[in-house]
This record gives sequence, structure tokens and C-alpha cells, in this order.
Amino acid sequence: MHLSSVETTPVVRKTALNAVHRQMGAKMVDFNGWDMPVEYPASIGCGIINEHMAVRTGVGIFDVSHMGDIRLAGPQALSAVQHISMNDAAKLAVGQAQYSALLYPQGTFVDDVIVHRLGEDEYLLVINAGTREKDFNWVRDNTRQFDCAVENLSDDFTQIAIQGPKGVNTLQKLTDADLGAVKFYWVTRGTVCGLKNILIARTGYTAEDGFEIYVPADETTSARVWNEILSAGKEFGIVPCGLGSRNTLRLEGKLPLYGHEISDTINVWEAGLDRFCKMEKPEFVGRTALEKAKDEGVKRTLVGLEMVERGIARDGYKVLDESGREIGYVTSGSPAPFLKKNIALAYVPPQFAAIGTAVKIEIRGQGVGAQVVPTPFYKRPKKAA
Amino acid sequence: MAYPTDRKYTKEHEWIKVVGQEAVVGITDHAQESLGDIVFVELPKVGADLTAGSTFGTVESVKAVSDLYTPVSGTVTETNGDLATSPEKVNKDPHGSWMLKMKLKNPGELGDLLSAEAYEQFVAEEGGH
Repeated sequence: MHLSSVETTPVVRKTALNAVHRQMGAKMVDFNGWDMPVEYPASIGCGIINEHMAVRTGVGIFDVSHMGDIRLAGPQALSAVQHISMNDAAKLAVGQAQYSALLYPQGTFVDDVIVHRLGEDEYLLVINAGTREKDFNWVRDNTRQFDCAVENLSDDFTQIAIQGPKGVNTLQKLTDADLGAVKFYWVTRGTVCGLKNILIARTGYTAEDGFEIYVPADETTSARVWNEILSAGKEFGIVPCGLGSRNTLRLEGKLPLYGHEISDTINVWEAGLDRFCKMEKPEFVGRTALEKAKDEGVKRTLVGLEMVERGIARDGYKVLDESGREIGYVTSGSPAPFLKKNIALAYVPPQFAAIGTAVKIEIRGQGVGAQVVPTPFYKRPKKAA
Repeated sequence: MAYPTDRKYTKEHEWIKVVGQEAVVGITDHAQESLGDIVFVELPKVGADLTAGSTFGTVESVKAVSDLYTPVSGTVTETNGDLATSPEKVNKDPHGSWMLKMKLKNPGELGDLLSAEAYEQFVAEEGGH
């Protein structure tokens, strides 16, 4: 077969942990202009499948420093956030976070985002790597009318995600913060690896429990923290995890990926993100278009698919009805390592969205059987009280 | 690594081991290592006629689909059914996990292929290691 080169161009951006990933033998890939690890070597117990399983059963760590950070602070910070974000930030207590999205006036996506309320009048938006500049410009340009400072802090932090049922046990060994008191989607600050006042968020993109920490972005500190976490997690089977397992984990949990399930040509209703869109807010960018779109009804909707016949549905593959007519397309498709099935998310017309509907996926010219299944494909087990 | 000398290799990272007029085909250790966890192997039907250099199937890792290229021309006599249920065997034992067996049409084509030593050198140069 033709094996693609793993060399990336010199213009590509690197996180502070880049040398660490390379030194660990990670396979690197260009992800939206960033030189990132896709998986670590089998020789150290890694590879996409092992990394995925470690997060589902123990703990894994990810370098997610490529993601962006925008801080809004000032007397009208809440009003600014409410204007650009579709969820209701007024519901956030200090220390609380929520999933949301920034929308264009047409009701389609600029990006999805986690909004954290860090202080009385201080909010942190964590955004995608590929949309760092676009998002910052968008936020700055759409909040000029508010008494609020907008800062791009993206280069200030090394962001490390510690994910899995043993994530809390691992991180607790390294911090004086009482992690048991931090509920899911809440944040705290504490000393981590000897570093004072570190933001610790109980958030993630893996459909598991876990934390994300934001440490200073210099290479020495970043490498030290990374290695201390690996040591602390050793007893729980910790492994470093790359973008490959990050994708399979979020797919099992039906978490959207910008450019796939959400984009600037897809609206909130089509993507099925209604519950994060608070139309009871009187005003936010995109609201008017969404109101109109709601009246008109969706022409396509996002569904979960499971392969029934032998084959793997992948990004961009066509979805066909039983007679072989093209009805939609796969937004994300992959083997699911924990579920041991081949799954996909796809846009299809609403009449094909019922659970159990039989469809076909066009794989190398052949229609291969699949069916619509409930989502999320995977939900983490509830902890015993 | 030292590649087995009982067979020949291609620049597309397949190996071919000849036993009389028949040949056994698989993919190399370098191939499986580059691909990562193999989750799916698609092979041709028994009886299929293959032409040297054309694709005979696909091997899929979690992230990607890769074509398999036939080293020489011939007719498929047997395919490894094990790989339908246990594709990971290719990762664990790439030089032992065969994919297909074929009756050779033109054994002369074997002369165009790489020796173990030549393949090792090719891999070293290609990877820039």
C-alpha cells in the first residue's frame, strides 16, 4: 500500500509539549496547521485502541494546548457573552461552565465553545484549534458595544486533559484542591505540581469524567507537569493519548466536531443542539434566523448509524436509501474501540431519522447495510453514591 | 529490523513467498507499524485474476483506508478467512499472517521485486529515520 509520509511542513505550529511527544515516539500529523500527536507507539502500550480503552477504564492524558482561549472581563462581560453565545450564561454561578456555540446571523456555527464563568465579571471561552483567529476576531468585532475587555490568551497556556474514571485519583495526587468537591462542568483553582493558582476544570471531550488544567506555556514547566501526571497515573495504567483516540472517544459520545457535525452551513436545529440554545433569551446573534428556521422545519437532521453489514463508514461517504438513491452523507465515521462496532454520524432527511431505519453506506462503490441507532452511542456509567 | 530472507518485497510494502508455482502474499512489519491497529481487511474472491501492480483489496486502520497492491500476476487460490474476525493478527505477526495465496502467471515478474536487504534499505531511506 502507499504509506503517507509523517513529515509536516516547517510552517506548522507547535505546542510547548511538541518535543515531548516526538521524544516519546508519537506519530505526528498536521491538524489544522498544528503538529500534533495522533497516537503513541505500541512499544509503550499505546496506539489508538489502547489509548481509547485506557480513557474508558482508567486514565489517559492529552495535550490540547492547540485549542484557543478568549477572556472577556469587565462590567458588561455577561451582556457581551449573552450577545454572542446561544446558551444562557446568566445561569452560570462563579466557577461554573456550560457548552455553547457562537453563531452567525444565519443561525449557523462560527464554532462550538465551553463558556466558563471565572469571576463576577470574568468569562473564559475555550474554542477549537482550527478556528482560533476566526473566533477571536468574531468575538472582538461583535462585542465592541459592550464595556468589556476581550483578550486572546491562547498562547498563554499549556492545556492538559486528564480523562477517565481514574482521572480524579491521578490529579488529586498532584494538587491541594479538593477535587471531590468539584462537580462535573465546574472549575476551581489550586496548586498543581507546585504551581500556584492553576485553573482546574472538570470538563473534557471524551464522554468520561475528567479534568482539564491550564498551566504556564513554557516548555520546561509543561514537560515537567506532563511527566509528573504520567508518574502519578502509573498505578492506574495511564497512557498518553493523541488525536486519534480523542476522535474515537468523542464520536462514541456523539460530541460534535467543527467542520463535521457543525459548520458555517449547518444550523442549530439540524445539528440537534436545541438543548444548548436558549431561545427564551430575547437576543443573541443568530436568534432571528433560528426562529424562522424553526417555523420552516429542518430539511436534514443528524443521526447515529451503526454498520450492520461488514464495512466501515468514514467521513464524507454517501448515505443511500435501500434502493440505492443518495439521501445524505457521513459527517464522522470510524470503528468504535470500546463498543466494538463501526459507527457514524450522518445528515439525512427527517423521514429517515427514526431509530431502526435501514440505510446503506456507499463504500468503494458498493452499498453496505447500516441502521439508525440511538445516540449517544456510549454513555459513561453512573458512579455509585 | 532484519526482514526474513525467504521471500521478496515490494515498494508498496507487501511481501511474497514462493512455494513452487504458488505464492503467499502479506504485508510487512513496517506497513503494520505505520498503519497502527488494523481493524478491517478486504480481500478478493478465490478465482480472481490479478495483474502485477494493480490493487487486490484494502487494509483499514482505525483512521485510514489503504490499498493493497499485488506483487505479481496470477489467480487467487485461497484467502485467509482468519483476518475477517481477527484483523489484529496482521499487527501481531505481519510476516506470519498471510492474506492470500495465488497461482503465478509469470514467475519472471519476481525478478523485479526487492530482496530483504534491498527492502530494509528502501524503508530506511523512505522514512528518513
